Amino acid sequence: MSLGFVMLCHTALGRAAQVARHWSTRGCPVVIHVDKRVRAKAYDKLRADLADLTDIRFSPRFACEWGTWGLVAATQAASAMMLRDFPGVRHVYLASGSCLPLRPVEELVAYLDERPRTDFIESVTTEDVGWTIGGLNIERFTLRFPFSWRKQRRLFDAYVRLQRLLGFRRRVPAGLVPHLGSQWWCLTRQTLSAILDDPEREQWDRYFRRVWIPDEGYFQTLVRLYSSDVESRSLTLSKFDFQGKPHIFYDDHLQLLRRSDCFVARKIWPHADRLYATFLSDELRNQPRAEPNPGKIDRLFAKAVERRTKGRAGLYMQSRFPNSDWENGMTAAPYSVFEGFSDLFENFDLWLGKVAGSRVHGHLFAPDRAEFAGGETIYNGALSDSASLRDYDPRAFLVSLIWNTRGERQCFQFGPNDRQKIGSFLARDPNAQISVISGAWAVPLFRSNLNFGDIRREAARLQKIEAEHLDVLRSVKAKARVRIWTLADFVENPMEPLQAIIDEISPRSLRRLTEAPRMADLTGFGQFLQNLRNQGMQPVLMGDFPAGDDPRNATTRRGRPYLVK
Amino acid sequence: MIQRTQAIRRSDILLFCTQRNEGARLPYFLRYYRDLGVNHFLFVDNDSSDGSREYLAQQPDVSVWHTKASYKRSRFGVDWMNWLLGRYGHGHWTLVVDPDEFLVYPFCDTRPLRALTDWLDASSIRSFSAMILDMYPKGPLGIHAVQPGEDPFQTSCWFDSGNYTIQKNAKYGNLWIQGGPRARMFFADRPERAPAMNKVPLVKWHRSYAYVSSTHMLLPRGLNLVYDEWGGEKASGVLLHAKFTESFVAKTSEEVQRRQHFANSHEYRAYEAGLGDSPDLWCKWSEKYINWRQLEILGLMSKGNWA
Repeated sequence: MSLGFVMLCHTALGRAAQVARHWSTRGCPVVIHVDKRVRAKAYDKLRADLADLTDIRFSPRFACEWGTWGLVAATQAASAMMLRDFPGVRHVYLASGSCLPLRPVEELVAYLDERPRTDFIESVTTEDVGWTIGGLNIERFTLRFPFSWRKQRRLFDAYVRLQRLLGFRRRVPAGLVPHLGSQWWCLTRQTLSAILDDPEREQWDRYFRRVWIPDEGYFQTLVRLYSSDVESRSLTLSKFDFQGKPHIFYDDHLQLLRRSDCFVARKIWPHADRLYATFLSDELRNQPRAEPNPGKIDRLFAKAVERRTKGRAGLYMQSRFPNSDWENGMTAAPYSVFEGFSDLFENFDLWLGKVAGSRVHGHLFAPDRAEFAGGETIYNGALSDSASLRDYDPRAFLVSLIWNTRGERQCFQFGPNDRQKIGSFLARDPNAQISVISGAWAVPLFRSNLNFGDIRREAARLQKIEAEHLDVLRSVKAKARVRIWTLADFVENPMEPLQAIIDEISPRSLRRLTEAPRMADLTGFGQFLQNLRNQGMQPVLMGDFPAGDDPRNATTRRGRPYLVK
Repeated sequence: MIQRTQAIRRSDILLFCTQRNEGARLPYFLRYYRDLGVNHFLFVDNDSSDGSREYLAQQPDVSVWHTKASYKRSRFGVDWMNWLLGRYGHGHWTLVVDPDEFLVYPFCDTRPLRALTDWLDASSIRSFSAMILDMYPKGPLGIHAVQPGEDPFQTSCWFDSGNYTIQKNAKYGNLWIQGGPRARMFFADRPERAPAMNKVPLVKWHRSYAYVSSTHMLLPRGLNLVYDEWGGEKASGVLLHAKFTESFVAKTSEEVQRRQHFANSHEYRAYEAGLGDSPDLWCKWSEKYINWRQLEILGLMSKGNWA
């Protein structure tokens, strides 16, 4: 047969034996290397298990610590044995003990027969590699690495830093252009023998012995010297996570692997009985086949890496609790906060719900309870309206609400009568659209039936709270979309700001507002403010309302909605 | 005391549990965890009188230690657990759960527990978080009987999905999670006293480790860092908590009598106060349990970078 497999094994030897038997009985010779650190008993058992097969060899054993020369030495010895003992072999496929063939080996042989001169090896110049661990690309070839990355990480890192500091560089031997790539390749006899029998091999080996992770660089670099036809990709489907560890395949990946049309996959979980049973059986023959296309698997693992590194925006839970400014989205979705609107307009929430098509709550941070839309006492996610539960952690309350209602925009009212602790969070959250009519809290006071002395005291209190809140909204740290109008400005021309807010909430509707919310009657409001002034309180947040000069809506008939075309 | 610990092999996954009169739960409990791939169970029996100790002693993969000592004095069982863990858990993946806690982890319907522990090993992760999720029935507590051997989540299949609060414990580095139906129904006026829901039940044990308070936190502190602080998600699971089954009402009054629980059993006293009018924890926003994928979508647990 024209194809031979070199297998590097260190654990789960039983599975390796199964795969070796599969290949060997289908006519492909196999040379097995077993890590020297594997105990003699396990090694002997593997040899005994495969003793009945004539086309299986065991190559001299090297200790293969990850990232060290041993892996290359093992590959060299095993490949040499393959070329020597099986002269019929044209392509040598380097696999590991946790590889699993996904397609009948005849198909792989046919595929290679059509490309008899092609070397399949991922081989990328160091400048173009984006996936290396620890940011080491070219430095793998130019620094020294006497310390183990796994066992002596601190020394490893410190020594790298020291060499960078001193400007130390090893000289890359003349004639070599460092290339990196997956260690799982499939090379032709011509290329492989040229590398192994190179008169200068002694020199290359001496150099690569001290390169870091030489198994991802040795053949990938040297192949460029001899191969006439490098196809820079691996025939082995092998994915790595963000820490450079290979992703593992389980039984539930069966369909995904089947549809990938790849020839070989790694790493397979040794207990994935169904994968081994399925792919080592002969049932897979004669299925329509295409070029290897691991796109779906790529996406699956890319999503896993993204979940691990970025996570879901606005989610706070047992295994995601980001530090401040690392939330990648403080809340899950945009929401709107209206301050003063429900004071100025009657039934503002009903109107807003209708025109914006979103969920409109009352004052979620009211002192006595969270006023959920529709007067509900429990809301999405079983969030309680209890003020004490909410005030125990107002931030958790808000982010939970936004998370629980993903897909439906939330709007709520806020004002100086509410619990203020959430204010700074709202201001910092880019998802918050905050619209403020400052001083509108004076309208209910104006229309109340309180003694004027109490009104005056209450007005002073609310003004102080709102002024502080506005300072937070205007601070340089504020990231929310904030709009602030004084009551006077807003009353002067309410439709334009309302339209702007609605457009932002539902940008695609492009609807002109035809119906305005009903505005409270402000006849005499200017005089009311003047009375406050006369009593020694200075109302400033509502803007300029001259006494006696009532706003325009006072001229419309009482009780009629305020309409603007 | 029945010891079968000599049967424990080097790579076995071990489960540690303290129980008292849980005879009705144990058959399902053992079946559930055997199916996940737990190899050996180590029980501390706190003076049961319902025959559960004898039942456990008959199981081929169970070792039982019997104690009449006070649960409270042993710091609510933590001392017993730490002793057993140090003695038998060293070098093993160990799962410490109560008889009413059922572990759910990513892919638990297709991958055995060993797939998870192998992956954790390969990822150099020593501890795995699984917060408690209180499961409750629809309707007043105490009307749905669960027969021995029966899945308690047939009836207790509802849970609260999004009303939890999280604080970081500066001393031990763990997250302190509160919320769920217990906070909503029994602690609305004193949320700070609501029970902790965070747990780290699955640990590759070393004899130098110790649980500090139940399985809510451990020493050394690094084991509590089961959460990512830079925006990413680590893999985590959930402990489905079959607390509100029909025996809850009876158990509450017994536990208030025994006064063996944390902080003068204030938790059970709160339940007793709340149980007077036999409450219904269910509300129209309760979620009905389907599977782990649902919990992951709701954000109660995460696959992390396990795919």
